[in-house]
Amino acid sequence: MNIISQHVKGIMEECKKHATDAGLKFDDESLEYIVTNQDMLELSPKHMIPTLYDYWVQDVETLIAKGNYKLYPSNPYETVINTRPAVSFYNDNNPDWLNVMIFYHVLGHIDMFQNNTFFKHTWNDDFLGKARADKRLVNRLRSEHGRWVDYVIEFTRGIDNITGYYRELSFFNQGLESVYSDRLNYYFDIFLQNIKHVPHHEYLKNMEKYNEYIKNNRELGESLFFSEIKTQYPEFESLFDQSGTEPGKNPKDLMEYLLYNSPFLNRDENMWMKSVIHIVRDTSLYFEPQRRTQILNEGWASFWHERLFLNDKRIAGHEVDFAKVHAKVTSLQRVGLNPYAIGMRLFEYIEIIAAKGSHSYEFQKTYNIERRKQFNKKNQKATDFLFKVREEHCDFTLINTYLDQDFVNRYKLFTVERRLNEQRRSWEYIVKSRKSKDYRQMLTDTLWHPPNIIVDEEKTDEGKLYLYHVDEEKPLVSEYINNTMIGIEYLWGGEVNLETSDIYLEAGKEEKPKVIKERKLYTMKNTKLRIRTL
Amino acid sequence: MANNSHNYVQLKTIDELLERDKIRESDGFPRKIRLGRIIKPGKAGKDKIIVVPTTIEEKFYHDQIHYKPEDSSKQAGDGKGDPISGGTGDEEEGEILGEIPIHYEGESEGGAGKGDGEGHNVTANTYDLGKILTEKFKLPNLKDKGKKKTFKRMVYDLTDKNRGFGQVLDKKASLKRIIQTNRALDRMPDLSDIDTEDFIIDPRDLVYRILSREKEYESQALVFFIRDYSASMYGNATEIVTSQHLMIYSWLTYQYSKQVESRFILHDDTAKEVPDFYTYYNLSIAGGTYVASAYKLVNEIVKKENLSKDYNIYIFHGTDGDDSEAVGTEALNELKTMVSYANRIGITVVNSSYRKSKSTVQKYMEDSQLLASHRNLIHLSTINDNADEQHIIEGLKELIAES
Repeated sequence: MNIISQHVKGIMEECKKHATDAGLKFDDESLEYIVTNQDMLELSPKHMIPTLYDYWVQDVETLIAKGNYKLYPSNPYETVINTRPAVSFYNDNNPDWLNVMIFYHVLGHIDMFQNNTFFKHTWNDDFLGKARADKRLVNRLRSEHGRWVDYVIEFTRGIDNITGYYRELSFFNQGLESVYSDRLNYYFDIFLQNIKHVPHHEYLKNMEKYNEYIKNNRELGESLFFSEIKTQYPEFESLFDQSGTEPGKNPKDLMEYLLYNSPFLNRDENMWMKSVIHIVRDTSLYFEPQRRTQILNEGWASFWHERLFLNDKRIAGHEVDFAKVHAKVTSLQRVGLNPYAIGMRLFEYIEIIAAKGSHSYEFQKTYNIERRKQFNKKNQKATDFLFKVREEHCDFTLINTYLDQDFVNRYKLFTVERRLNEQRRSWEYIVKSRKSKDYRQMLTDTLWHPPNIIVDEEKTDEGKLYLYHVDEEKPLVSEYINNTMIGIEYLWGGEVNLETSDIYLEAGKEEKPKVIKERKLYTMKNTKLRIRTL
Repeated sequence: MANNSHNYVQLKTIDELLERDKIRESDGFPRKIRLGRIIKPGKAGKDKIIVVPTTIEEKFYHDQIHYKPEDSSKQAGDGKGDPISGGTGDEEEGEILGEIPIHYEGESEGGAGKGDGEGHNVTANTYDLGKILTEKFKLPNLKDKGKKKTFKRMVYDLTDKNRGFGQVLDKKASLKRIIQTNRALDRMPDLSDIDTEDFIIDPRDLVYRILSREKEYESQALVFFIRDYSASMYGNATEIVTSQHLMIYSWLTYQYSKQVESRFILHDDTAKEVPDFYTYYNLSIAGGTYVASAYKLVNEIVKKENLSKDYNIYIFHGTDGDDSEAVGTEALNELKTMVSYANRIGITVVNSSYRKSKSTVQKYMEDSQLLASHRNLIHLSTINDNADEQHIIEGLKELIAES
């Protein structure tokens, strides 16, 4: 792994200038390295983070990738990692013109990482450095505890997809703006409403009283207010203390719950495991936004590499070369999904509707098809609107906000169904639907959507952990439940229960099969799984 | 970071990974490593197979809604008929875009790889797999039967090239040389008007094929792989049989130091021989099942080509146990012929998980006394159609065990 040459760095710096002029925003500093394809194969199981902690599954994945590479060699152009300063990896053998295009693409990614609100919790991190420290710690623990470190990693990774990512994020978003104290929030939001169930007028009276105190004494008003509350509700203070504003009382996900409440992890001799769990959890949270912004991210980068390169004089003489590479990356497949292609077209489309003003309410309430066609506000600042989109959306909201029927028609999209032809022993691929609703649904189904599994604290007692899978009409992959629960049992140190739904189809006489749903309780005890119907 | 180019991965080998997996068991956790393979099919025996370890990181993931296992015939279709992908084009709703044969699926994954290239071919890698199977899964080593030794045969063939003289002129190679010479002398004619008489020809430009001595290793073992490809074998059953047969092939390749020949036979109600593993692996055609047809074909091939004289012959058959011949008279007759020359006959019956009674093949085999009277020669192994790698290997041990 070597840093790029001064000549190539010069190309990058010029790209940065053009990109900034066009409105992209990113830190000035960035690091670019040349790597071999072999390096890339070894890095991809580590999410391209060279300093990520070691784990044997990565070795397995690397061996598979190498096997695959032997049969199907490929040549990735670039990879960017979201860290400060931003780091990107390149292939050795690119000509200058191609580097210009790739750099624009990379800058698109960096702009996304550093401005999209779903990445907010990663903005202050030098993740490479943090990962390096974590890796050292894991290695040290391994020298003390041997393979048990790997078991803890394994079992934690078994639940690292059900992180409280949004809770983590909302903490970041409100953190600074919150001007009221936890005590006050608790009193008005929870104590009065959920515990005391006070009637509406009483609630308002309380609020008035509080405002009165503050008006009279800005600094001491709140504590005076609460000293009066104490006489009225003597139990308030102790309830507030237990309420979960202190760490561990209000865990964001199963991993955090285990960290604070697992009897096994909190034994002196097992304290080291907690650091491992923290490392796995932080790593997983770090990559959450990337999983949720693939279409957005690749679309944005492709949109900008096209736009910036076409307006760059360095393209001269390489227009055809560019067209070829660009088409390979961003063409819509006849059958299949290409996030680069859909994403880029979405941004192009959004720019058009932003220029016309047809994303407005005024347009949406226009039903006359002719008037809809003529509708044009000739908005000059359409690109500004794009920057807002890249700031505020993830894949799910992007698709559900902008992928409408006009988009589907414009790019002639459809969903594809596969049907077995018994006679010919073949699969037939058929155009299923051209409706935007169906296309959106099909895309949505491909998005990252981990199950919502929470700890039911009321049912958890005496060493029995009770997990509740919030029903979303989707069953869990049943083959994986056993081993995942073995892992949780280990980390919890006792019986683990999981309430979930078995959902399956039953072929009936009607054309459409019947969907059958049964609530089931999976119980893992001494690595043996029992299942019973609730 | 610039200088430590290779220390970010301390890669473990397959061996080390398997060793670690063994320790897992003693720690009270289930094993996690399985042997996987990546197959890049090619025609005429040019399949490339790479053996890799695989593992699954189990987590709570959402699944699609499936049919109940009892309704598995429905699963041949596609669940609820949900869309599987997107696409683009001018077709109307309901129009067919294209079709691909059932078993083609999955193999095109991993990108379009072209070209033949050097590197690993099927033999090198099956050899590795055989080694792993023998060492790690404790498959028995074959006893040297002593009756056949490896021997080299010398043959003469027109394989070598020689410049200036030889037996047969290689016209294409010669022309290339001539053009090179003339180009070097800057005597290339106008391309639209070539007069070959004008070329200057150096005698050393003429390339000939020349007779040369070639070593040819005689194969010691001949394996017949027989697979039931009738309609009832759809899905897992076929997967299990092909997996097991690949392992057997690997094991024998290792045991006989790569000198194994294999023949592939597919049968439904008639049997046919196919040229390579690719076809063997991929073909799937609906039809009934008539086991005797396949056994008969094997016997005919052995007799016609007089194979029993020169080879250790192994016959492995994978089926789901259905047979249109309920008592198996003919199949048993053919088997009796087979035991006269074969070193081992291994029959794998893949039982469907919802079948209640014994399959036809298993029943008539057990009734026939053939298993008992030829305990050293015929082994029958049954396996469930949801078996994992471990079970497939267990079944394999049953087939090849000495008893």
